Amino acid sequence: MLRLSATGLGCTRGSRSVFEGINLELSGGEALALVGRNGSGKSSLLRLVAGLLQPSAGRIELAGGAPQNTLAEQAHYLGHLDALKPSLTVAENLGFWVRYLGGDVAVLPGSLTALGLSGLVDLPAAYLSAGQRRRLSLARLIVVPRPIWLLDEPTSALDAAGQERLAALMRDHLAGGGLIMAATHGPLGIECKTLQLGRSAPSPLAGEGWGGGSEFVASAASQGGTPTPNPSPQGGGERSGARGTK
Amino acid sequence: MTPLSALLLRDMRLAIRVGGGALMGVLFFLTVVTLVPFAVGPDLAQLRRIGPAILWIGALLASLLTLDRLLAADHEDGSLDLLLMGTTPLELTVLAKAAAHWITSCLPLVIATPLLGLFLNLEPLAIGAVALTLLVGTPALTCIGLIGAALSVALRRGGLLLPVLVLPLTVPVLIFGVAASNAAVAGPMSFGAPFMVLCALTLGSLVLGPFAAAAALRHGLE
Repeated sequence: MLRLSATGLGCTRGSRSVFEGINLELSGGEALALVGRNGSGKSSLLRLVAGLLQPSAGRIELAGGAPQNTLAEQAHYLGHLDALKPSLTVAENLGFWVRYLGGDVAVLPGSLTALGLSGLVDLPAAYLSAGQRRRLSLARLIVVPRPIWLLDEPTSALDAAGQERLAALMRDHLAGGGLIMAATHGPLGIECKTLQLGRSAPSPLAGEGWGGGSEFVASAASQGGTPTPNPSPQGGGERSGARGTK
Repeated sequence: MTPLSALLLRDMRLAIRVGGGALMGVLFFLTVVTLVPFAVGPDLAQLRRIGPAILWIGALLASLLTLDRLLAADHEDGSLDLLLMGTTPLELTVLAKAAAHWITSCLPLVIATPLLGLFLNLEPLAIGAVALTLLVGTPALTCIGLIGAALSVALRRGGLLLPVLVLPLTVPVLIFGVAASNAAVAGPMSFGAPFMVLCALTLGSLVLGPFAAAAALRHGLE
């Protein structure tokens, strides 16, 4: 069974420490929502796991995956930038990523239909709306099977129907033994654990909107790096530590 | 279709469709070459003498024109992140991108060389020699430029840094390219010796370029 774990993870951008002492554990079939104020390091954490940033401390390990591939080669990263070329059509854009990332081109039309893009196949990506671009990026996740999904605010720009589709896709992925880490400011619509990054603001996040299954997952640490399950609300001198939350 | 041929095909398609690659480079080449006689005067003998050098400098500048978009465009729209997460080694990925750049930007310059050679009053043998040295030498320009493109992405500086980084490194290619072209027409040394050095420079940069560019990109991850 797939198992992703990170211990004592720290991230420094420029000379500023974004977070430090993050511990997390996630196994196949589980989803983790990363929440926190702007600048708390949600995107940085996803990029660390994707191998697109080097951690300043700590390590990330994957057990139970394909041994010949690195973590990054088994993960999908859906960032703010959608990696679409405006002058290529919808089919060409998706077709290229499928071939490059090693998916099956035969399932391409089906995935476009699943995301409601079937009528736009021959349209250059320049004419797509923000939501349609998002859907096209999501199509990549279906066509190329990779067990780890790293999603940076996946619901942004999606309409209600699109968010439902995304939730259904994520449920299917989890049911198939995959795992998901998603940075989000809103409900994902699936059962998920929550990791609070940064100092917790009096947050509107706790409560019903969170897809039900929020629970303690990730213990985190104050400056020293010792895991403390119940840090004091003040957080001491810590500037941008991370802590588990309810 | 393998990942690399898919990447090659995509980059060629982009270069042709946006209208940036092939045609712009050739037009720039044409402009540089036609400007020179206005500057040095319509002395046919002099033009014939410096013709190979003008063609080489024109091709060098024209090949730089599209180089700054080689990796920067993919960096800006997030494609580079996904390219890094592919199962293909990064060295081969950047080599495929360089190959696409050479086919869409440099090969048209080589094809345009005979026509522009006529503008400079070159004789057929000299035109053939320049075209051949450009054909052999431009891959070196692309691969050296690839290093510069990767560095300017990694250092998050704009395209202006690129010519400053790349042009000094292309000096040996320029020297031996022009030397071989001149040797074919005027002598006194043989065409073979400088041409072989030019081939060696190209082969060396074909190996060095992708590794250096990949290392620069990986370093830029921090």
